[in-house]
Amino acid sequence: MLARIATFAIDGIDPHHVWVEVDIRSGLPTFTVVGLGDAAVRESRDRVRSAIANSGFEFPQTRITANLAPAFLRKVGPGFDAALALGVLAASGQVPADALDAYAVFGELSLGGELRDSPGALAVAEGARRAGLERLIVPRERAREAALVGGLEIAGVSSLRAAAEVLAGSSPPPLPAVPAGAPGAPATAAEPDLADIRGHAAPLLALEIAAAGRHNLLLEGAPGTGKTMLARRIPSILPAMSRAEAIEVTRIHSIAGLHAAGLVQARPFRAPHHTISPSGLVGGGAPPRPGEATLAHHGVLFLDELAEFQRSTLDALRQPLEDGCVTIVRGQRALVFPTRFMLVAATNPCPCGFAGVGDRCRCSEADLRRHGRRLSGPLLDRMDLLINVERPTEPELRAPPQTSSALARERVAHARERQRFRLSGYAARCNGEMDAQLARRHVRLDEDAEQALARAYAVGALSARGRHRVVRVARTIADLEGHDHVTHRDLLTALSLRQRGDADALLAA
Amino acid sequence: MTERACDGCTARSWLVGRLGAHLERARSRIDQVLALRDDELIAAIGGRESPDLRRELATLDLDEVRAQTRAAGLETVCRCDPAYPASLLALAAPPAVLHVAGELGRLTGMLAEDPVALVGSRKASPYGLEVARALGRGLAFAGITIVSGMALGIDSAAHAGALEAGRPTVAVLPASADRPYPPGKRALHRRIVAAGAAVSELGPGTSVWRWMFPARNRIIAALAAMTVVVEAGERSGALVTARLAHGIGRPVGAVPGRVTQPQAGGSNGLLAAGASVVRGPQDVLDHLFGAGVRAARAPRRQPPAELAPLLAAIADGHETAAALSRAGFAPDRGLVALAELELGGFVRRGAGGRFSVIP
Repeated sequence: MLARIATFAIDGIDPHHVWVEVDIRSGLPTFTVVGLGDAAVRESRDRVRSAIANSGFEFPQTRITANLAPAFLRKVGPGFDAALALGVLAASGQVPADALDAYAVFGELSLGGELRDSPGALAVAEGARRAGLERLIVPRERAREAALVGGLEIAGVSSLRAAAEVLAGSSPPPLPAVPAGAPGAPATAAEPDLADIRGHAAPLLALEIAAAGRHNLLLEGAPGTGKTMLARRIPSILPAMSRAEAIEVTRIHSIAGLHAAGLVQARPFRAPHHTISPSGLVGGGAPPRPGEATLAHHGVLFLDELAEFQRSTLDALRQPLEDGCVTIVRGQRALVFPTRFMLVAATNPCPCGFAGVGDRCRCSEADLRRHGRRLSGPLLDRMDLLINVERPTEPELRAPPQTSSALARERVAHARERQRFRLSGYAARCNGEMDAQLARRHVRLDEDAEQALARAYAVGALSARGRHRVVRVARTIADLEGHDHVTHRDLLTALSLRQRGDADALLAA
Repeated sequence: MTERACDGCTARSWLVGRLGAHLERARSRIDQVLALRDDELIAAIGGRESPDLRRELATLDLDEVRAQTRAAGLETVCRCDPAYPASLLALAAPPAVLHVAGELGRLTGMLAEDPVALVGSRKASPYGLEVARALGRGLAFAGITIVSGMALGIDSAAHAGALEAGRPTVAVLPASADRPYPPGKRALHRRIVAAGAAVSELGPGTSVWRWMFPARNRIIAALAAMTVVVEAGERSGALVTARLAHGIGRPVGAVPGRVTQPQAGGSNGLLAAGASVVRGPQDVLDHLFGAGVRAARAPRRQPPAELAPLLAAIADGHETAAALSRAGFAPDRGLVALAELELGGFVRRGAGGRFSVIP
């Protein structure tokens, strides 16, 4: 007898519809799984056999052939266990076979018959809805996550027995309640807040500008001055994610196994260590998995100690930064991972780290040049803002906080609104994404600002690219201030936050 | 293309380049060794290779050497020629041929009136770099040609200062004038050659050896009417230049540095030994032309009145944005004012966001 049940394979971060077909014939007892499965899929035979026996069902002592179709798609991981087991039960008449048509099933089995937590339930739910299925059985821990996709009836079950009962017609158990304090609930208390920061007046201003225009940001300062602390607080002032963005982030994080339950609310903040490999950063491996750049999608990718990263690793970031996605080609397949993140990097100003701190720095021009060379030029080219971070003084540490994330976020949201209005109809959604052509069309400078810009260019303080970056940042500052035209002050502020050495005179040449 | 090198000098120049590796042993007395005649030089330095060297020299294809020089875009003048810079003849061993990237005619014009050498350490302090740049700029404004070695640190800053003033400057390179040394100074080399000249003793294609630096320093010392050591440690090559300049009777000056700073040990030592104190361009002009004869024209503008307190605060040691906000300049207003000062050319922003007042 033949039974067929739907499940989904996750390829990169996309669900692919897979039919599990189980055929039972008389013959010597064997259990074969075909259909290009990996080792975990082959091992699933033994899990399925034990899980069925230990759930109070009978494992048929006949010849069983299971096929995962389409056969050309490589199937990875233990997520097919539940579908295989239910297929065997249906083919052997232990659950009604006709009930399977409306269902998709996803999850790993334990030998005892429990349905184990498996990553990627949200992607599976999206696949199920796209395939026009009505009901989905997932592990109980993943029920709330799968339920984020509307239009599906989700059965979160904790065992094979419970899944079989659902198929037999009993009503599915209610969704588990949201545990208090879990990431499902809008939690802000534990999140780092700008109110924790003392001193750092200029960096705070710059963080707000960077967040408002989604400008990539370079923090420069001696060790221990608070660069990482500042960077960690950027997600808290970025505008809240839209539901579509949040679902996208949840799907990615769920596949990567990063996240507990429910919808991800806070924008991601990823801070990979500098020993990371290129494929760890942008994705890769076999099977290809999303890298840190994709895990930071819609959030912040923070590279601390930028100069310590391998050159090849940083260069791998160029396409993701440019295109907002990365394409990984392996053999016959090309996978696309989304990578729209805000890049924040931190570095020491010089090899000893103490340039700018009194007379402590002992680095020569040669040392500085070597340090400069370690920072990838093409990457620096994408950094709109440079912020110097200095150690706060004792009185500053004792002073009350200057701002809070809520206040800053409100101003940022307001500035973003202005940008959205101005850029409606274009691919760019904020000033940091404007290319030169768009900037020329949409950034209006008043007369004084125009003059200041021309002067900065003429005295060699700016390169052509640097000029473009300054104009973009100035536009964001004007948006924060509510100016229709970029004023002289807006432009000068942008100039003082520009990268040093854009065309910086001859010593840098 | 001007080619004014006689056969003998062309061959001599080729020989010195050919002996590159051999001369390394004689590094400490390079000025005496280079004073030897061709055959003496081969005998003294050539060792086992001497017969080969003699044969190579005898059969040297001078046209080939000249063609290579021409291909590298270098003009030449030899010490037998009236166009050769007379100041170099004060040396015991004037370079046989001077290779010039740029124009020989322009070089002659630039050297006509008392050039000044600004030299110093490669590992200079931010203060030293700023002073070198300001001296280069100020002297160039006063019409003085700056001669230096285009090395990292003080040398480059001096050239950069002269170029800032819109004046040509002369770089004396250790190996070949057509190729920048250090290689990272490509952009500076291009600008120097475009407006002024880069010169060298050796022809194109010579690789760099350590003895070439003291040899180059003797040319700097001889070209200049006065040598100023801006900042140099106890073992800096700039002290070699100062000693050579003193040896041929040219005045030597030095910029006072902090006594606690090892980077200024050598230049302070020169002052202790009697070098003249150089506090700014005017001191150099007074020394060369007599007190008050020529004034350093001050191209300085005054900063706008509202920015003066900020500039004063930076000069007072509040050198970063945070320090300034502590001194009472609010960060948003402060950033604007700093950008304004920077654009006006009153301050410069360095590593770590540190601002320094341009003297």
